[in-house]
Amino acid sequence: MFDTALTLADLGFLAQGAVMTLAVTAVSVLAGTILGVVFGVLRNQLGTYWSLPITFLLDIFRSVPLLIQLVLGNALQSILKLGWAPFTTSCVVLSLYTAAYCTEIVRGGISAVPTTTRRAARSLGMTWWQDMRYIVAPLATRVSLPAWIGLTLGVMKDSALVLWLGLIELLRASQILVTRLQEPLFILLICGAIYFIISFPIARLGGYLEKRWSND
Amino acid sequence: MFSYNFHWNQAFKALPQMLDGALVTLQIALLSMAIGLVVALALTLFRLSGNRILNGFATVWVEIARNTPALFQIYMAHFGLGSFGIHLSPYTALLVGIAFNNAGYLAENFRGALKAIPETQTRAGRSLGMTPLQAFRYIVMPQMLRIAFLPATNQMVWAILMTSLGVTVGMNTDLAGVTQALNAVSFRTFEFFALAAVIYYVIAKAVTLAARLAATRMFRY
Amino acid sequence: MIEIENVRKSFGQLEVLKGINLTVQKGEVLTIIGGSGSGKSTLLTCINGLEDIDSGRIVVDGTDVHAKGTDLNKLRRKLGIVFQQFNAFPHLTVLENVMLAPVKVLGQSKAEAEAMAVKQLTHVGLGDKLKVYPSRMSGGQQQRMAIARALAMSPAYMLFDEVTSALDPQLVGEVLDTLRMLASEGMTMICVTHEMKFAREVSDRVAFFHKGVMAEIAPPEELFGAPKDPELKTFLAATH
Repeated sequence: MFDTALTLADLGFLAQGAVMTLAVTAVSVLAGTILGVVFGVLRNQLGTYWSLPITFLLDIFRSVPLLIQLVLGNALQSILKLGWAPFTTSCVVLSLYTAAYCTEIVRGGISAVPTTTRRAARSLGMTWWQDMRYIVAPLATRVSLPAWIGLTLGVMKDSALVLWLGLIELLRASQILVTRLQEPLFILLICGAIYFIISFPIARLGGYLEKRWSND
Repeated sequence: MFSYNFHWNQAFKALPQMLDGALVTLQIALLSMAIGLVVALALTLFRLSGNRILNGFATVWVEIARNTPALFQIYMAHFGLGSFGIHLSPYTALLVGIAFNNAGYLAENFRGALKAIPETQTRAGRSLGMTPLQAFRYIVMPQMLRIAFLPATNQMVWAILMTSLGVTVGMNTDLAGVTQALNAVSFRTFEFFALAAVIYYVIAKAVTLAARLAATRMFRY
Repeated sequence: MIEIENVRKSFGQLEVLKGINLTVQKGEVLTIIGGSGSGKSTLLTCINGLEDIDSGRIVVDGTDVHAKGTDLNKLRRKLGIVFQQFNAFPHLTVLENVMLAPVKVLGQSKAEAEAMAVKQLTHVGLGDKLKVYPSRMSGGQQQRMAIARALAMSPAYMLFDEVTSALDPQLVGEVLDTLRMLASEGMTMICVTHEMKFAREVSDRVAFFHKGVMAEIAPPEELFGAPKDPELKTFLAATH
């Protein structure tokens, strides 16, 4: 019916690549989100003027191609003789990249909480921290979640670029098989299908949450 | 502190070459946006057509563009199409890949924008004797393009950033490609790529600024 | 002449028109009154083919609106319609709003269309607003622009669908004045309205719709002065 040289072992190789993609994504999104929350709150506290240095610095990560960032990150760790493995370098760069976008999302979420609500909390005698913890955080999370899901998926897709540093993630694994088996279309379709299967349901969930929460 | 000596002079000497590369980068980005825009309009019409096959085609395009990596899309254009005997040069493959991506995202932007335009606008046009296509062309589309303009500007910045992916399929005339070629002979990786980063940053900011200015001139209502 | 013969129309389970028979002569001003959900607005959108009908016929100057081969786009040039929502095209100036259809649909030259647009806009009292965008105008002004926009197509008939219902009370007068002017100029008009005083003044005949049925039709003095239908009596009592 259909002839292919692709073996079960090759599929296992692709699966390993997918695991690498997910690992890089998980580490970067986790670290990037923590940084993003810190920077986002900081930007909100400092006001537009005093947070200008942070804004500018993070904007660089959104205005320079990720590939260039990865190369620069790798060059820098080598200059500083840090001796990082490609996995570490990739995760560090991707984390900062994630943090840059996450900061915007967090800031947007916080500023979507009405001032009147926050005043009400403070006038009940809540401290700044209590206001943040019990009022702002739940409301801002709700507003930000769809965008954050979008960001996570974006990082998952962008993580393909770490192949440039020699990591064998999903796309690189496919490319290796393409070179060996000379069946580019078939193997790439499997690769694309794996990305799609990971991304599509989560994207739909994000869309659903956005719709549901924007209605009330 | 470090034993590394920066050699910025070497990088600055290569600046003219890199700026030539930047022009190619800008050219690919603009072309891919132009193609993406036309295709996105077609996809939008397909979705509005009420024809299940056209609608399905547009939906599949948009979902693939949004749910797979841009680099994957470029690989498909470069390696995947080879299975059909179509062998694209790195330049064309890059252009096709980015245009495919742009079209998908822009079509989704358009869909969001259309939701903000009341159905009564089309109705008003139809009751003046316009065909559905005329009502779309003269009444709905201009309003849609205005709403989608800012997101489209973001997509343009994305397109610029995406051009750097060409280097992975052997592109050597755009900014990333030129930088990589210089790097390969000199090994001053950090200097060259740092300079490239600055150029990318300037292009991205200039495009954003130009789009803002254009918007204030174009949309007076 | 608009001939409406035994027209029925349902939205799902709900039958909104239950066999309407009505003929409107050239030059006549007909107003339709009735409660909400009486089917009066639906009838207007059926006349210009924006809505399909389930059975019966609507014939405009010999053309069956809902027949298969009918060129609706061509037919609609004859039937100007103005809606409750002003439906101004926000991306175009007032002048461009009015010029658009004559240029794109009738194929007029820009100069020709502009002359006509200026004439109609002046007619409805907007001669000084040509270069303004609709968002800068009041609802009453936007609605008068919508009337000029329909008139610029030189329609043989004008259909008005509750054109004052979305307006602030103080802006209703200027739009009704425009309609009075058109009526006095001999335009054939069908107006769906809640303005009883207006209906009494301008109409040749007034029709009362109730739950998808045309319960009564008569000259205004008769319909308002000596209503026969019990539902009409209740309706008139409630509106006073």
